[in-house]
Amino acid sequence: MNHPDNLLYTDTHEWVRVEQDGTVVVGITDHAQDALGDVVFLQLPDVGRKVARTESLAVIESVKSASDIHSPVSGTVTAINPPVADQPELINKDPYGSWMFVIKPDNAAELDTLMKASAYSSSLG
Amino acid sequence: METPDQAVLRRTPFHPQHLAAGAKMVPFAGYSMPIQYPAGIIQEHLHTRSHAGLFDVSHMGQIDVRGPAACAWLESLTTADLAGLASGRQTYALLPNSAGGIIDDLMIQRLGDDFHVVCNASRLADVMAQLAAHAPTGDCTYALREDLALLALQGPLAETVLQPLADVAGMRFLDVRSLDAGGLPLRISRSGYTGEDGFEISLPVASAAAFADRLLAHSDVRWTGLGARDTLRLEAGMCLYGNDIDETTTPVSASIGWAIGAARRAGGARAGGFPGAAVILGEFSAPPARVRVGLLPEGRAPQRAGTKILAADGREVGVITSGNHSPSLGKPVAMGYVERSVKLSGEALHIESRGQKVPVAIATMPFVPTRYRR
Repeated sequence: MNHPDNLLYTDTHEWVRVEQDGTVVVGITDHAQDALGDVVFLQLPDVGRKVARTESLAVIESVKSASDIHSPVSGTVTAINPPVADQPELINKDPYGSWMFVIKPDNAAELDTLMKASAYSSSLG
Repeated sequence: METPDQAVLRRTPFHPQHLAAGAKMVPFAGYSMPIQYPAGIIQEHLHTRSHAGLFDVSHMGQIDVRGPAACAWLESLTTADLAGLASGRQTYALLPNSAGGIIDDLMIQRLGDDFHVVCNASRLADVMAQLAAHAPTGDCTYALREDLALLALQGPLAETVLQPLADVAGMRFLDVRSLDAGGLPLRISRSGYTGEDGFEISLPVASAAAFADRLLAHSDVRWTGLGARDTLRLEAGMCLYGNDIDETTTPVSASIGWAIGAARRAGGARAGGFPGAAVILGEFSAPPARVRVGLLPEGRAPQRAGTKILAADGREVGVITSGNHSPSLGKPVAMGYVERSVKLSGEALHIESRGQKVPVAIATMPFVPTRYRR
């Protein structure tokens, strides 16, 4: 399973990329897409929505099941990626290219709670 | 992929082949079964519709019923016209309880005076209990055949793949033959659970894996898991026991009244004579309050079992019992029960999904045309 070193990870299987401007880009991990199987639906949050850390703000559905996607930090949604919602199968093909939303964190210190790639990989056992 | 708690689960004779093929194994009805292979449910589904999918369904129960009284005994327990079933033919049948609910749905095959019953894995214990509770007293015996495995080969290329191994070309939909494949005894029916042409192949456990390898040697055949089996049967409008039918649903309400043979209906040559007959036959003249229908939800989100169906005024008028993404249609499909009056009136229906109203339309099933070789 592929978990790039330049990303951070949640225990609910989101990946997080911290941008130069301090915003964070969020998607789901290779492990998550593999566990879900064929993704057929993605519901994205509205831009401007305020979220708490670990709050569910998007829904992903595969042929097998439905899952929530959680915010890795408290903050505000500043962008979403509608092309991925239009073609949710992209999430299976390219989980790290298929970002879902961008959050402007309220408190950058919350990023310290996220896992590095090595820790995430070992958490999967 | 195998987790330790699956060690206690039963395994079919194809278990090593599933693991070698990279299957994700899941517990199902006491067995470790493949839900999907690396290609994934959608690719497996589409491959079955375009080529041929091979399904391990060895977890299903296979029961022989033999002897001169076999036909009469099975008729006393099921809804099928078995006296009218020719040798070499198969029929869908229901095993009703005394209240007219469905203990299980069955395929019953006839070869001579002997019958072969295939039941759902999840219902085997209840089926055996029902048989034991009404054990035959006459010249008839029944036996669970745990020495047999079961494969389903489904799709437009199924005949092309199977014909070199067994002479199936002359068979029509629901024909059954006892065939010899190089010394290996096969019982083959032209039937399945996908809406495609195809075959179900009962064979000895000891030779099963080697026979599967011979089928898989054909480049058009791929293992196909329980995940695709479910989306295929949903597109074909077929009931899944436990979702769409159970001991509380009656045949006419489940829109499978056709499973009651004409001879077994009111006015028929052998009307009734099975458990729950008064209730079941009564529903032909006094229709039940709720009926199973096909449903097309708007949008792209799969709408799943348990979702309530609402009328425009918010009144609850039904429930989805099976629903998923249709790989063939690229949109959600579902089935469920609605009030019969709503079906007749054609009024607008919707569901509530994550705080949003999603319109849902009653639709004719199957969602994808069946392609049986009649």
